[in-house]
Amino acid sequence: MNRHMRGPGAPAKGEKMSVKGLTQLYNFCRKYMPAVVIALVCAVGGTIFTIIGPDKLSELTDVITSGIVTGINFDEVTRIALTLAVMYGISVILSLIQSQLMTTTTQRISQNMREEISHKINRLPIDYFNKTTFGDILSRVTNDVDTCSQAFQSSIISFVSAVVLLVGCLFMMFKTNWMMTLAAIAATLIGFGLMTLIMGRSQKYFIARQQQLGALNGHIEEAFSGHTVLRVSNAEKEFSDTFTGLNDSLYNASWKSQFLSGLMMPIMGFIGNLGYVSVCVSGAALAINGKITFGVIVAFMVYVRLFTSPLSQIAQAMTNLQSASAAVGRVFDFLGAEEMADESEKTARLENPTGQITFSHVRFGYTPEKTIIHDFNETVSPGQKVAIVGPTGAGKTTLVNLLMRFYEIDSGSILMDGVDLKDVTRENVHALFGMVLQDTWLFEGTIRENIVYGKKGITDQQLDQVAKAVGLYHLIHTLPNEYDTVLTSAVNISEGQKQLITIARAMIENAPMLILDEATSSVDTRTELLIQQAMDTLTKGRTSFVIAHRLSTIKNADVILVMKDGDIIESGTHEALMAKGGFYAGLYNAQFAEAS
Amino acid sequence: MTKLFRYLKKREWAMAAVSLVFIVAQIWLDLRLPEYMSEITILVQTEGSVMSDILSAGGKMLVCALASMLLAIATGFFSAIIAASISRTLQDKLYHKVLSFSSEEVGRFSTASLITRTTNDVSQIQMVFAMGLQLIIKAPITAVMAIMKIQNKGNWQWTALTAGAVVILLCVVLFLVLFALPRFKKMQRLTDNLNRITRENLTGLRVVRAYNAEKYQESKFTDANNELTRNNLSANRALAIMSPLMSLVMNGISLGIYWIGAYLIDAAGMQDKLTIFSNMVVFSSYSMQVIMSFMMLAVIFVMLPRAQVAAGRILEVLNTEPTQKNGSVTTSDEQKKGEIVFDHVSFRYPGGEENVLSDISFTAHAGETVAFIGATGSGKTTLVNLIPRLYDATEGKVLVDGVDVKDYDMHALRNKLGYVSQKATLFAGNIKGNITLGDNGKTDPDQAAIQKALDIAQASEFIDNLPDGTSSDVTQGGTNFSGGQKQRLSIARAVARDPEIYIFDDSFSALDYKTDRALRTRLKKEASGTTTLIVAQRIGTIMDADRIVVLDDGKAVGIGTHAQLLNSCPVYRQIAESQLSKEELAR
Repeated sequence: MNRHMRGPGAPAKGEKMSVKGLTQLYNFCRKYMPAVVIALVCAVGGTIFTIIGPDKLSELTDVITSGIVTGINFDEVTRIALTLAVMYGISVILSLIQSQLMTTTTQRISQNMREEISHKINRLPIDYFNKTTFGDILSRVTNDVDTCSQAFQSSIISFVSAVVLLVGCLFMMFKTNWMMTLAAIAATLIGFGLMTLIMGRSQKYFIARQQQLGALNGHIEEAFSGHTVLRVSNAEKEFSDTFTGLNDSLYNASWKSQFLSGLMMPIMGFIGNLGYVSVCVSGAALAINGKITFGVIVAFMVYVRLFTSPLSQIAQAMTNLQSASAAVGRVFDFLGAEEMADESEKTARLENPTGQITFSHVRFGYTPEKTIIHDFNETVSPGQKVAIVGPTGAGKTTLVNLLMRFYEIDSGSILMDGVDLKDVTRENVHALFGMVLQDTWLFEGTIRENIVYGKKGITDQQLDQVAKAVGLYHLIHTLPNEYDTVLTSAVNISEGQKQLITIARAMIENAPMLILDEATSSVDTRTELLIQQAMDTLTKGRTSFVIAHRLSTIKNADVILVMKDGDIIESGTHEALMAKGGFYAGLYNAQFAEAS
Repeated sequence: MTKLFRYLKKREWAMAAVSLVFIVAQIWLDLRLPEYMSEITILVQTEGSVMSDILSAGGKMLVCALASMLLAIATGFFSAIIAASISRTLQDKLYHKVLSFSSEEVGRFSTASLITRTTNDVSQIQMVFAMGLQLIIKAPITAVMAIMKIQNKGNWQWTALTAGAVVILLCVVLFLVLFALPRFKKMQRLTDNLNRITRENLTGLRVVRAYNAEKYQESKFTDANNELTRNNLSANRALAIMSPLMSLVMNGISLGIYWIGAYLIDAAGMQDKLTIFSNMVVFSSYSMQVIMSFMMLAVIFVMLPRAQVAAGRILEVLNTEPTQKNGSVTTSDEQKKGEIVFDHVSFRYPGGEENVLSDISFTAHAGETVAFIGATGSGKTTLVNLIPRLYDATEGKVLVDGVDVKDYDMHALRNKLGYVSQKATLFAGNIKGNITLGDNGKTDPDQAAIQKALDIAQASEFIDNLPDGTSSDVTQGGTNFSGGQKQRLSIARAVARDPEIYIFDDSFSALDYKTDRALRTRLKKEASGTTTLIVAQRIGTIMDADRIVVLDDGKAVGIGTHAQLLNSCPVYRQIAESQLSKEELAR
């Protein structure tokens, strides 16, 4: 998976939280806003108690010190201590409410985001997925949503309570004693100046580390996946050299960034102590002069600690929010991508069509610059088996994509029994066709689920009937749980058998028309024979379109359309085309010509 | 986990030793701080203290704090280097170990697992070395030293209070370990599940839509999403209890010590009152230290098991000895150059019950083309994989140039071969780098040789159309080229090696018939003296081979030319009939 590719318009990492992103996030989370507001109120409340606490503790100390000689006033002690106990109690309840509310809210929001993304996948045009990688979308479902929710859960609350704490602390400190406050602020600012300096410098090592890590992991992935080729080419040394180079660069970036980020804690600790000493010394000086009581010093000691922590919390929250903004951007980018046209007003429906299909002046290109199908005209009679052959890039699969309306044609029309496919819903079109594709798409689930695939009311008899028709009956009945055997990588079924299951799926769907796109190319020729028989049963009486690389597969088609560069250059039965000795005959004979 | 220590080098051990001393010193300094604080307290309280005494105590405290910070920074420096070193060493050992593995060991672990072990697991270990080890040393020492400090300052009431707090906190942590940790572990599995369902929907996009099964897929996703959310909710809710309880206990301790202190001071004799008071201030701050260090220990016990798993997974790879021993032969019989002999060769996977290949014997003489055909799973790929020793034959011998492949120095053996695997593999870099990949014991091919290899592989046309020609970029996995283009480039790579023997393992499957034919014609012309082994599905690709080996369930059911086999081998005849018409069969 190519992880260097980003989806269209995904914002670059590190971009500031945009107003648009925030608005989108707000709209998305709107119904949870009451809970968030309550949580914020609780957080503010809890913070206020955290601030008043030290003040009360200093009162308690004052009562004790003033009573050392004369005897302690225990009524006062009990009153203050009880007040404190109640405050701590309320504070813990508030923060419990807050954290439970926030946790629940964020988890619910993530759940909704994931749900939305999952629905979105099925509402986007197929074309969208050609421009992004699956890995990219998967990482939006998990990583990006997680980053969003984590930032949301921790940062918003800690940001708000840190600001309240900071303001509150300053207020209380100034209220208690402005001289000592100034001393504390000065000490803290010195430390923070130092830290900002270091952190600014360390940023580039963090980026370097991320890049080197990506490069090394990419190399390892590549080397291990290409293990065989690498070994038989004697390329061990070449790879080893590259690896050692990458590993050394990572080592350098890694220890530097680790070291620099490790500076944070000791410096914070020192700032705390510096503030502490300044408070003690200035406090002692004031106390000796009798200007303040000892209780004030005790309170200040706590304030200094409280005062330094919100600053780093705010910095931390800012960093988190910044990295989340990229993630939020990517999630909403995906959710905001243009969807397929709404079809709810289309009332026309095609039921049980005869299977007559007319292509009239169909013109199509995946991009406006490059037209793939130029002017395609063909009429298919009901019940015909139509084969489409031609070299790679001739537009065979494109034709199927248009028939299924996976893509919309640029001009012209495709009519079924005289009804333009554009005038009915996509869902209706899809219901008309059964489809078997080259890649045998099975999902992890039971064989039954894979064959029935969402269709209701399928009996075991019907399953048996289909299994017999495709030659799976014996295999399935030798499996321990028969139809309820779960298909995982542990169950040993071959590529050909997988293909047979997808054919069985098409049979169960029992749609009036069929599309087989390279349905047998991944199996060996003997298995193909089996599949061929199954498919012949399947196509009987239905209009079917067959695309095949192996020309032997389609020799018995009613009409063979030979495509080249988006147009039909020949058409007719196998015999007629061979007799004509044109492009098809050349293609066919190339299979057997001896290399000379 | 401790077994990983042997991957530390002398330099790192020295650093670790110095760090240990520094950590102890730092803790000692840190714990001095409250003493200065109490000294200042007493000075402030005592009548007639001089300001200079307070200043000197404050100054000493500051020096202590500064020294502690410097020591912490130095320790951080050392542990960063140790952690990065162990990560570098482990990654290096793992990488080279995996390169020395044969396909059998790689298969046993699976490529994906080896990648995770070399990347994620090593990162885990690095994290533990960077943060955990410091904590592991620091926490118990702090706890012990802090307890020693207060043991004669305190009294049973305060001690009981602190001990009670520690017990409460440990109970909370225990609850988290028992309740939340399993849910955090489960989280990964549930996330994988969700990913799998999303991936299914994405890979089967066209099928999902063709069957109007969007709702079906979405409901599967919703179920998985709900399960994940339920699990995450209970895990995170439990975790969210932690921090409010922590601050409650911390606050409660200070309050408790002061509250009890008030009564103790009141009850004490006049001369003891001041001592008890200053002890109270000191005790309350040291008790915090004790609680904090117990908390740190608890965190470590949560963190360690995960690292333990990672370490185990890493060691499992490092302790695996490659089953293949390298031989020593580098020269071979010039007379038999280009000859391949299979002498009663059987093969089964280690632990497998049935033979994948049974009693295969044939000879390919120099310059001949030998083809292998048979149903999927008949053993064709396994057979050719025995030649470059991707696997070793269980019984019998494979001879190249008259020498058993097991006796060769692998490097020398592979210099003789041009092997193209079933799945075309390209590496990030440019076209040129991909063509000249590896070493063939000769000088690296020059531009003309590269051009010729591309010509033969029918790749020069699309390469010439690229703006940068052979210097054009190749993305990881070669995703910027189509299947057929990748296949032609990997063929060109083998051609550029100028080998004695070509092995094409179903390497023409993504080519259309015309290109397939043109390629084989060119190859035959340019490399007439080269022995060629071809595994194929298409009869057309192999019908002109000098010899065709028909495999069925690991047995050679027919060996001969196309014409011979049509008459003598029913399996071959069946395959041919499925692909050719009556007239063509008669040709």
